[in-house]
Amino acid sequence: MIVAERKPIADIKQMVESHERVLVVGCGACVTVCMAGGEKEAEILATVLDLAFKDGGKQFLRDCVERQCEPEFLEPLADKVDASDAVLSMACGVGVQTMVAQFPHVPIYPALNTLFMGRPLEQGLWSETCAGCGNCILHMTGGICPIARCSKSLLNGPCGGSVDGRCEVDPENIECAWQLIHDRLSEAGKLHLLDEIMPLRDWSSSAHGGLRRLVREDVVL
Amino acid sequence: MTEASQLQTVLDGGGFAVTAELGPPKGADLEVVRRKAEYLKGMVDAVNVTDNQTAVVRMSSIATCAILRELGIEPVMQMVCRDRNRIALQSDILGAYALGIRNILCLSGDHQRFGNHPEAKNVFDIDSIQLIHTVRTMRDDRKFICGDDVEGAPRMFIGAAANPFSDPFEYRVRRLAKKVAAGAQFIQTQCVYDLKKFRKWMEMVRDLGLHERTHILAGITPLKSDGMARYMRDHVAGVDVPDELIQRLRAAGKAAEEGINIAIETIQEMKDVEGVHGAHLMAIEWEKKVPEIVERAGLLPREAQ
Repeated sequence: MIVAERKPIADIKQMVESHERVLVVGCGACVTVCMAGGEKEAEILATVLDLAFKDGGKQFLRDCVERQCEPEFLEPLADKVDASDAVLSMACGVGVQTMVAQFPHVPIYPALNTLFMGRPLEQGLWSETCAGCGNCILHMTGGICPIARCSKSLLNGPCGGSVDGRCEVDPENIECAWQLIHDRLSEAGKLHLLDEIMPLRDWSSSAHGGLRRLVREDVVL
Repeated sequence: MTEASQLQTVLDGGGFAVTAELGPPKGADLEVVRRKAEYLKGMVDAVNVTDNQTAVVRMSSIATCAILRELGIEPVMQMVCRDRNRIALQSDILGAYALGIRNILCLSGDHQRFGNHPEAKNVFDIDSIQLIHTVRTMRDDRKFICGDDVEGAPRMFIGAAANPFSDPFEYRVRRLAKKVAAGAQFIQTQCVYDLKKFRKWMEMVRDLGLHERTHILAGITPLKSDGMARYMRDHVAGVDVPDELIQRLRAAGKAAEEGINIAIETIQEMKDVEGVHGAHLMAIEWEKKVPEIVERAGLLPREAQ
């Protein structure tokens, strides 16, 4: 999922302080699951802002859509957006920008910082898992991605900073991805995969190659 | 322009090579380079110049190497993948060769988290093994990564680093084998304090026959105090300092002198390890001690100089 967290209230207050009627919109997808921007969090944020501006006569309306990243889910919001002079989106950056495209005449502000594509490790803990590089190598690395999970995105094994399975960049919090890959391949009897020199990557399919698009001729109408 | 690497001459000739390390200044002061160079001149076969080590900004490796050449010292240019993409790396390899630099040490590079610009964006377009392969391809096949022809091949002597003390230990030698297969002609290791573990690692190196395909130079860093020893053990990933050494430094009247003694003993031990072809002295901000260490370890004169 896309993992996000709410911006500090002080930052959010600054964004909306010049507006009178602000619509706070949650998203029912990833950010609900990671407890950053769902219906409940939208309710909480609107309440916090009500209190913060209680003497200023501002109004904070609240709503939530199933997925802010798809235009059809935004259509029912049109009347509420028109009646507001700003929107605080509690979606990821994709959701915020879909709102911007859908409602170009109203300022749309991000209430969250979008962090990464990751998964929950335990209650309240998420970890980056996929870098979305556009050229998956998980079949060669024991199902563990070194691009997302090695601090240097190394492709040919662990650097000298791997000790006791931890990464020197932050030993308490980061596992050495290459130790994990080594252990997985070792158990599977496939350590020979690590003897091959992995060639240079073509990063043009990643974010480094300019704006990425996907066209599926088979589903184009 | 055509002279070859003296370091390569010493190593390929079967000699026990000595290299040292010089950290460029955190500024544009040429005098700092000159002063450090004075200590090292004539004492070693070549001097490694670090490339913004620990991600702290310093005078560039390539410029400092060119200055060392003017001072009559053969440089080993360290090059890290942290700060440059494949375009800049290849460009700097060509520029370095044109400036007379003949040795390159290919490294992935310390993460910027450890440096003085932790907010920086890193590059890591390619890794150290791919960099080794890149230099070799430019030199031997006269091709850039993209396949275009290189006009005037950089005849570099190619080196790499190895850390025998980090994990997973059993994979360390296999990774070294990848570096050798990629084209690493010499290897400089992480600082050796744990001789037992180093000997075990060298045994694994010999089992794969790597000692016959590359020259291994053992890393030596003299310890100034038991405090430094504990710091290295606790805060530098992949450095093992055995308790006996720490106790020995603590018990010594003058710990710094004892640290030098330990460094000299280690070098002497290394001379007898089959497959170790030299010592790499990383006297961190202590370059002035290099002459004493080299002399007392019986490594003078350096004939190639």
